[in-house]
Amino acid sequence: MLHSRTVEIWVGIFVAGGLAALFMLAMKVSNLTEVTGEEGYRVTARFENISGLKVRSPVTVAGVRVGRVTDIGYDPNTYEAVVTMQIGHQYDQLPLDTSASILTSGLLGEKYVGLEPGGDIEMMVQGSEIMLTQSSLVLENLIGQFLFSKATEGDEGAE
Amino acid sequence: MVDFLAQLGRSGLRFFERLGRGHLLLLYILGGIPSVMPRLRLLVQQVYAVGVLSILIILVSGLFVGMVLGLQLYNTLVDFGAESSLGPVVALTLVRELGPVVTALLFAGRAGSALTAEIGLMKATEQLSGMEMMAVDPIKRVLAPRFLAGFIAMPLLAAIFSAVGVLGGYFIGVGLLGVDEGSYWSQMQDSVDFYDDVVNGIIKSLVFGVVATWIAIFEGYDATPTSEGVSRATTRTVVHTSLAVLGLDFILTALMFGDD
Repeated sequence: MLHSRTVEIWVGIFVAGGLAALFMLAMKVSNLTEVTGEEGYRVTARFENISGLKVRSPVTVAGVRVGRVTDIGYDPNTYEAVVTMQIGHQYDQLPLDTSASILTSGLLGEKYVGLEPGGDIEMMVQGSEIMLTQSSLVLENLIGQFLFSKATEGDEGAE
Repeated sequence: MVDFLAQLGRSGLRFFERLGRGHLLLLYILGGIPSVMPRLRLLVQQVYAVGVLSILIILVSGLFVGMVLGLQLYNTLVDFGAESSLGPVVALTLVRELGPVVTALLFAGRAGSALTAEIGLMKATEQLSGMEMMAVDPIKRVLAPRFLAGFIAMPLLAAIFSAVGVLGGYFIGVGLLGVDEGSYWSQMQDSVDFYDDVVNGIIKSLVFGVVATWIAIFEGYDATPTSEGVSRATTRTVVHTSLAVLGLDFILTALMFGDD
């Protein structure tokens, strides 16, 4: 065995290196840096269909991320999905009649909630509910509709 | 026929006996851990033996695994024009799976076999019974520090492996093949979640650290005290640890990442 001081120094370097690697994984590789600043206010919105939206999906205004989806629930009375979003403090200038729609980044990318500010004088606060919502676009339904309309067109052409 | 049945029964009993002894030993070791605290120097020496001495192989293999991932995934992704997702794929593969698993396999080969051989030889040369004669509990003096050292070293080694692998993927992807540097890192940060991916990877490596060190220590402590017995125990350590790690990895993955 080496001199015990050398051993201790090497172990110190090893532990420091390991912690540095962990730090790098946390800061550089993962999204931990974004998670900080969890404070903010929560608003809810009801959607007919949220297919593909997940907890932690981004909430954006004009493409800028202002918050995250924190909870997704289901209301058995209205058969709607209840989405709770947390929006950062610095973005508290959103009018009460802001509308929310579930959008897709790219053709097959992940779903996110896009907010479209309205013109109300009152601003949204903790617990506000977004009344104007637009559901997620289900690609299969869209394709189905397209095929259906094509098929009817084809029938008309044949007559 | 009767002979065969008797043989079968004997080996079955032996199997359960070893299984029970192994778990009892784990309990004794866990009970001995508090007595390691006043003798931190022992622990430091063992962290040196299992951790520091394994760094080189972890660094080199992490770098090359990351580079190979970068190269292979780039060739596939570029066909779909999706080479900007190289970062997320490399990082997720490393952080979730390859980091903990490959580190545990290397750990079994590099540190586990050494632990088994050392403890087995201590037993063969009757150092352990000598300690008992001097009223020193070998479980507290010899086994517990080694166990704790493996538990500490393994997650650190796995983190080093993953970090170096991500850098290796960066060198190949961004440096050599021309993936955009910004999209490599930003897409990676977008899709790697700290709690879901990094912390689960650390939990995996902790579990593997316990299992790998436990098997190594048990095989050494349970070895037939002859030179042949020690060599067999060393082989068993590497084989059993590898099997246990791969099997456990499947279970842990199913538990952690199964529901999304």
